[in-house]
Amino acid sequence: MSLTLDSNIPSGPLAGKWEKHKFESKLINPANRRKFEIIVVGTGLAGAAAAATLGELGYKVKAFCFQDSPRRAHSIAAQGGINAAKNYQNDGDSVHRLFYDTIKGGDFRAREANVHRLAEVSVSIIDHCVALGVPFAREYGGLLDNRSFGGAQVSRTFYARGQTGQQLLLGAYSALNRQIAAGSVEMHSRTEMLDLVLIDGHAKGIVTRDLVTGEIKSWAADCVIMATGGYGNVFYLSTNAKGSNVTATYRAHRRGAAFANPCYTQIHPTCIPVAGDHQSKLTLMSESLRNDGRVWVPKKKGDSRPSSQIPEDERDYYLERKYPSFGNLAPRDISSRSAKEVCDEGRGVGPGGLGVYLDFADSIKRLGEDKIRERYGNLFDIYHQITGENAYQMPMRIFPAVHYTMGGLWVDYNLMSNVPGLFVLGEANFSDHGANRLGASALMQGLADGYFVIPYTIGNYLAPAIGKRPSTDHPAFKQTESEVRAQLQRFLSIKGRRSVESFHRELGLLMWDQCGMARSERSLTKALKRIPALREEFWQDAKILGDNESLNTSLEQAGRVADFLEFGELMCLDALARNESCGGHFREEFQTPDGEAQRNDNDYAHVAAWEYQGYGQAPKRHIEPLTYEEVKLATRSYK
Amino acid sequence: MNLHLKVWRQKSAQSEGRLADYEARNIPEDCSFLEMLDLVNEDLLSKGEEPIAFDHDCREGICGMCSLTINGIPHGPSETTTCQLYMRKFKDGQTIYIEPFRVGAFPLLRDLAVNRSAFDRIQQAGGFVSAHVGAAPDGNAILVPKTQADRAMEAAACIGCGACAAACPNASAMLFVGAKVTHLGSLPQGQPERDRRVLAMVRQMDAEGFGNCSNYLECEAVCPAEIPNSVIGQLNRDYASALVKDTL
Repeated sequence: MSLTLDSNIPSGPLAGKWEKHKFESKLINPANRRKFEIIVVGTGLAGAAAAATLGELGYKVKAFCFQDSPRRAHSIAAQGGINAAKNYQNDGDSVHRLFYDTIKGGDFRAREANVHRLAEVSVSIIDHCVALGVPFAREYGGLLDNRSFGGAQVSRTFYARGQTGQQLLLGAYSALNRQIAAGSVEMHSRTEMLDLVLIDGHAKGIVTRDLVTGEIKSWAADCVIMATGGYGNVFYLSTNAKGSNVTATYRAHRRGAAFANPCYTQIHPTCIPVAGDHQSKLTLMSESLRNDGRVWVPKKKGDSRPSSQIPEDERDYYLERKYPSFGNLAPRDISSRSAKEVCDEGRGVGPGGLGVYLDFADSIKRLGEDKIRERYGNLFDIYHQITGENAYQMPMRIFPAVHYTMGGLWVDYNLMSNVPGLFVLGEANFSDHGANRLGASALMQGLADGYFVIPYTIGNYLAPAIGKRPSTDHPAFKQTESEVRAQLQRFLSIKGRRSVESFHRELGLLMWDQCGMARSERSLTKALKRIPALREEFWQDAKILGDNESLNTSLEQAGRVADFLEFGELMCLDALARNESCGGHFREEFQTPDGEAQRNDNDYAHVAAWEYQGYGQAPKRHIEPLTYEEVKLATRSYK
Repeated sequence: MNLHLKVWRQKSAQSEGRLADYEARNIPEDCSFLEMLDLVNEDLLSKGEEPIAFDHDCREGICGMCSLTINGIPHGPSETTTCQLYMRKFKDGQTIYIEPFRVGAFPLLRDLAVNRSAFDRIQQAGGFVSAHVGAAPDGNAILVPKTQADRAMEAAACIGCGACAAACPNASAMLFVGAKVTHLGSLPQGQPERDRRVLAMVRQMDAEGFGNCSNYLECEAVCPAEIPNSVIGQLNRDYASALVKDTL
């Protein structure tokens, strides 16, 4: 089967494409919708919204999540807010401006038509969430409140305290619950998708494992929607939840779905640093702290004196030194990379030398402790809880951390992958953020895909496919089931000496060092040599105890880590093949004299989509050219 | 630091459980409680023993998946969730009892993991506003006074972890149910279904086997999301009022 990447972008002017496409999309009458079964994997913002909306339309939906409840999905941890082009603040916002900011923020590596649609439906998302009872922040007059966010000069971010993701997810969860009660959605928690089932090249079902009983089961459907999130945990340490994984998308990739731009990862500059080898995850500290904090490290290598004993002239305020105009407010990617540089030089602070100071002493002297407490009190509290340190009296220690992944399974304008019948939503797809995602845009995209895009576009696939749902007796299901069982059995029969956790940590560190904030041909080649060896070691020496017939967390983890061990290689290959720097992808060989990312629009203004060629075989790189009708490609300037 | 652990081990709901003794050695005090368990699990694995099963996911205090009763207290001596509890809260050489949330309506799955789907079923009974996608008026067409919005947000912050029921001598889930009833009941959007909602949710809460509130307020004391006990008062008022209207 040859791989075709037809984006199916509607013709006509950009601003009219979505209206036109909605009109031209195939409809399915209400009586017929009952005849279609749809599988939704993942119940975060995109998955829960899709399941609820499709259920409401009358389709028969089966939804799956590996957590104990759909409400746990990691969308819940998003803090800041959700963008929408409402222009409630009368400050010059518009659909076009949100579209442009998003394209520019993505360093001109996203699809114009998809991004414009995202900006268009953003306004409906807010309306719908309000109707669901999401308690957005309000002004005294009862109107919705807004705040501003990075990458924009307008106030278009809606928020619910520092818990916007939680409230939006619980809104989608409540809509999902309504459909579960109505009988239109059947919910399966603690059930992990372990493979995708293809029949005649179409996605027609999945094979799952019940995480409590170990039961392997086939589920047939007319189409499959995956909304299974990002792959940041390939780095082991990230701000993702512990359970977040690449298994669903990677296994679909192995069945033929193209993986697009896997090298695009976002690294957030202000997280609480690693405290030791025991650390299992990283916690974000709001970027807003950089408004009043000064970033520094000692000038001397290996200076282990406490911060208070390092005199002013022995401190290097490196952001202020290197970027005098932006100083401590230098953009995310620059700040993250600079922190890595000084730590690589041996000037990092705190345990392991992986941290830099974020010092509030000057601001406290200037504004008083009360003012700082008023602005950032809750963040100082979280910091205290985690580190045991009082940041009013000593500087905070921060370090960059993996936060979000822009790459994902390739999808067309209908959000369908190159495998007919497989749709991919939210962070799991690649489509809207290009090489870098702006703050408050992840929530927008997840809900746009789930509430407002998929309900329209799914008809184009389903309408001609009526009555073609196979039964789980089809040999393809039996075959896939037996492959899944064989893999589980293989894990249990390795009986090696090393824990799965230790392999994951080693892979994560390798990815972070060689394919993290800065990559080079040298580092990537090194990683590409080490990963296959590590994978072999895993299959020879991993220690997985217990059996398949019970709740076995080591077995669950083994499957996810085995996939990361293959996926990491794909990421490095993608990073190596993209001979330019753009957004979150920084290749050391391609930078301007002052250290900015140097894009190469002539050769790389395209999406790279990888086709699986078999275990241990080099995947094949395909491209989808990005054509810009509305926007002129320009160099992002932060100066 | 070194700690003596007494951990509840139980292979499945059908098998018998017991408290097993483990020594946790060389635990850094910067470890979170769950990271300490990770280390213990690595140690168990190296000895050929199956790791302790426990629920967790976000490890930043918001998803509500982590549980554990630590020295008799759900989420232990932490201000928030177990995942945000750090070992510096314990003393070197201390004995720590680690048990699952003990609630009849949360059947045990394995070791420290329990099934909290009863909470999902209560939400399915009525914890929503019936709004169709695409039918919503403009967001600012529904004005919500700030005080009401803040009250709704305070109640909506519930993370659904189940500590309230685990702490309650009656295994009551009224803080959990009251939080949703108060959240939606404080907003104009929640009014049309207000009576229906409270009746359905309370009916389901009873059917799941949760007890009633008799004002111990242990729930409020352990709640990681700081849901105030006033939501229970709200639940009682709404229920009484709906019941009267229903019988009339």
